[in-house]
Amino acid sequence: MSHPPVTAQTACRYRAFLAGLLSILLTGCSQTPISFLDPQGPVATAQRHQFGLIIALTSIVVLPVLILTPWIVIRYRYGAQSAYRPRWGFSKLADIAIWGIPFLVVVVLATVAWRSTLALDPYRPIQGDQKTEPLRVQVVGFDWKWLFIYPDQGIATVNELVVPAHRPLALELTSASVMQGFFIPALGSQIDVMNRMVTQLHLEADHTGEFPGKNMQYNGKGFSHQRFVTRVVDEQTFHNFVAHTGEGGMTLDARMFDRLMAQNTGKTLAQSLARADVGSNNDGDGKGRGDDAGRLRFGHLPDDLFNDIVGHVSPDWASIPVASTGKANDASSSQEARP
Amino acid sequence: MNHWAEWLLGRLDWSALPFWDAIVDPTTKNIVNAIIASGAGAMVILGGLIAIGVLTWTRRWRWLWSEWLTSPDHKKIGIMFIVIALVMLARAVIEAVFMRLQQAVGLGGGFLTAEHFGQLFTTHGTIMVFFMAMPFLTGIINYVMPLQIGTRDLSFPVMNSVSLGLTAAGAALVMVSLILAPFSTGGWSGYPSFTESAANPGAGVDYWIWAVTLSTLSSTLTGINFAVTIYKKRAPGMSWFRLPLFTWTALCTAILMIFGMPPLTVATALLALDRYLDFHFFTADLGGNMMNYVNLFWAFGHPEVYILILPAFGIFSEIFSTFSGKKLYGYGALVIATMAIAVLSFTVWLHHFFTMGQSAHINAIFGIATMLIGIPTGVKVYDWMLTMFRGRIRFAVPMIYAVGFIILFAIGGLTGIILAVPSVDYQIHNSLFLVAHFHNMLIPGLLFGMLGGTNFWFPKAFGFRLEERWGRRAALCWIVGFMLAFFPLYALGVLGMPRRSAAFFEPAYLPWTLAAAVGALIILLAMLLLLIQLWVSIRDRDTNRVPAGDPWDGRSLEWSVSAPPPEYNFPVIPEVHSRDAYMRQKENGRGAHPRPDEYTDIVMPANSAMGPIMAATGFLIAFGLTWYEWWLVAAAGIVSLIALVARGYVRQRTRTIPAQTVRREHEAWLERVSRIRPVSRREEQTPANQGLAMSPLEGAIQ
Repeated sequence: MSHPPVTAQTACRYRAFLAGLLSILLTGCSQTPISFLDPQGPVATAQRHQFGLIIALTSIVVLPVLILTPWIVIRYRYGAQSAYRPRWGFSKLADIAIWGIPFLVVVVLATVAWRSTLALDPYRPIQGDQKTEPLRVQVVGFDWKWLFIYPDQGIATVNELVVPAHRPLALELTSASVMQGFFIPALGSQIDVMNRMVTQLHLEADHTGEFPGKNMQYNGKGFSHQRFVTRVVDEQTFHNFVAHTGEGGMTLDARMFDRLMAQNTGKTLAQSLARADVGSNNDGDGKGRGDDAGRLRFGHLPDDLFNDIVGHVSPDWASIPVASTGKANDASSSQEARP
Repeated sequence: MNHWAEWLLGRLDWSALPFWDAIVDPTTKNIVNAIIASGAGAMVILGGLIAIGVLTWTRRWRWLWSEWLTSPDHKKIGIMFIVIALVMLARAVIEAVFMRLQQAVGLGGGFLTAEHFGQLFTTHGTIMVFFMAMPFLTGIINYVMPLQIGTRDLSFPVMNSVSLGLTAAGAALVMVSLILAPFSTGGWSGYPSFTESAANPGAGVDYWIWAVTLSTLSSTLTGINFAVTIYKKRAPGMSWFRLPLFTWTALCTAILMIFGMPPLTVATALLALDRYLDFHFFTADLGGNMMNYVNLFWAFGHPEVYILILPAFGIFSEIFSTFSGKKLYGYGALVIATMAIAVLSFTVWLHHFFTMGQSAHINAIFGIATMLIGIPTGVKVYDWMLTMFRGRIRFAVPMIYAVGFIILFAIGGLTGIILAVPSVDYQIHNSLFLVAHFHNMLIPGLLFGMLGGTNFWFPKAFGFRLEERWGRRAALCWIVGFMLAFFPLYALGVLGMPRRSAAFFEPAYLPWTLAAAVGALIILLAMLLLLIQLWVSIRDRDTNRVPAGDPWDGRSLEWSVSAPPPEYNFPVIPEVHSRDAYMRQKENGRGAHPRPDEYTDIVMPANSAMGPIMAATGFLIAFGLTWYEWWLVAAAGIVSLIALVARGYVRQRTRTIPAQTVRREHEAWLERVSRIRPVSRREEQTPANQGLAMSPLEGAIQ
């Protein structure tokens, strides 16, 4: 909620265009955008447009059913003395219409689907407004939390994806557990994440703000709690975030990795870390200990952690850069790092 | 001692009791869940005890055995299939109500544990597909199809009884899982690697595997039986393009069963090898790949949805035509459309997992293939509308279901096209939008079809009409309840709510989940009204009798025989000269019930205990496998093998009904019919309707 004005303004402008049901569906200007009906990036915007277009096209075939069926059953009800043709069972003209019109609609729909599917292919990089390199993030789905590794920045987070606005995002995803579905509705497409496999997803955010992200594929009792926050921030805030996390974040060592592999939600993991006096990490913008979202931040992690997880290889723990205090996960060191 | 218990019980122990968690860890939530789960288990036990008590008290065990369980009569087997379907429907609807209530209070929590909720959506889906929908449509096809094509039984009557037995065993296994818990939490689709033993070592997934395996084996046999019967046993003159449309859909469904069911039998078998013998078909490591399961599952799963919907299409075709008093519009187009749907249904399975990372071209091709199915389906809808056009539409209960269906189904078609576009599916895949869509197809489509068909053919099967007023109330509650329960789910899906959520954290969802819960309660009321309808109908059966067998001025051959029909269906096999064979017979002036020149001896299949034996051994093998009771698996397996071999030595496989008996019964019925006054459609819902329709020549419709 650190940048509500832009979000609210945009949402309100879009609202003016949405008729009837859609405007009811929208969650209101003051709330977090939770759906592609209130899109926060080019992919979701295109999807909302396609959603409306497909409804309009399909309605060519569906609306006559909704309108004519009540008319027919009332007009030709038993007792109404309307025309009665019990032996009439075929009309060439009607048959041409009922085969031809749906066929033509499907031809148009197929064209739309072909083009939009190729355009919005999750694997296809997004051409950003600025000529910036996409931000690479590696996503690992655990039971029941998300780990985000920033390979170029050398940091990682749990349950919190911090990205700059207007910069394309290139995500590589895998699962350290069973199949899961990675999804940020306000930004765009979802993609499945699977053990030993890597999928890709490209997104971009147009606006700053906080958007919920979730798991769409049931994976056990913590499923509903496997949520994360997508914080879209401006470029400067992102740099600060990277710097602070790199300096003050915890170390993702073998013990911490075992904790991540264990079945727990981000919240219970954060609580158990706090009890063990390990996890008092804080980025300085008001998200403190006992965060319900279970966010964690790591400033030191082994090289190539993502590919080791994909390949079921033990990560190279020796490659972790030595932290300043040598006791990196000590609560006090984290406290010191707080800006 | 302990060793013996382990040998005897396998891994079954106290923790299987549904209230065990509450004893070990008595938190409020666990206690609430234990009460709900134990209540469900107690209902199963109570239901079983009441059934046993009533049978014993009325001394009907022998009757049950010889008249029903061992009967090879397709009509009785059909009715037993439908009884299983209705019992399972009741359970699965109650589960659905609990899920909707959980989500109504699910903002941040709810009253069910996540584990319990997982079992609820898994059993709900598994039951509704495999033990409600499949037995329901199998039962109706079983009953009606041989009567429509003018034959006396299926090609393989004993195999039909075995099919029933296997389905019953699977259903019993799911019911037993209420008493000896848990069931799987992996959803009706049971995706690995969640269902692998690494993630879920308990008995739950094994219950699911064996229940589904029993069901798929049953349905494969059923498909073979139906297809062969339609190919080989049609009455003389019943050429392909004279088949009633319901029989056409039954044929397409049968073909889909033959080719669509084995992939799932294979998939669950491979999953069982993974779980029991440490194979690695679908595991993450050692070369396994869960994607293979997903493809196999949907190679079954997509044809399956057309297995479910096509018979309903057939039923609606009969209903629209009969209650509009009019020939079916576009018979040829409907046949072509049905066949086209059946073939195309094998070409679209990938649309169930657009998000699994395959190339955009593949996604787009499967999306377009999916849309193509929309064309024949749309044609069918318009054919039904044109069937009503310039008809005389009578709003009997089946017609209310049918009109509700046609409107709601069009909306479901719209949302189906939305889901078929991969780039939009990326937003709504695995969300409640998907849940709303397939319920939109299966409740107004399949279930309304089955309930409409039950109201339509009930007087044929039992000799009296179902009560109208309570039937109408039930139908309206189904329609309203469906809309209220599932239209909000579309909104929730668009708002990004995942399916299978035990809890949610977006306050914006709350109004919609509350509305859906109200809808679920109305559906529960509709179930209650169905029961009342049945009870009132049985109470007033003497005023609603239709012995002449044609209460709706029907068009196909099943209406030409008495209600209920004799066990041999037709005293003399009819000769067919046109489409709508019975209507033509009524129109041509020779009378609705011409007296045959001569009667011949009728050879019928003799009773066989194979069905009940396969049911018992199938259940015990599955139960033993689930709980690792190997002695039970071996013993039941040996018994079923012995039974199979012994069946080969049975000499007396048929029973002959002498021509005199047939003549006597038929003449008695004709005598009775001759005293019945033919009624016009104006008197359709009155006691005057004893099942003899006024001839069309005398203006029966006007």
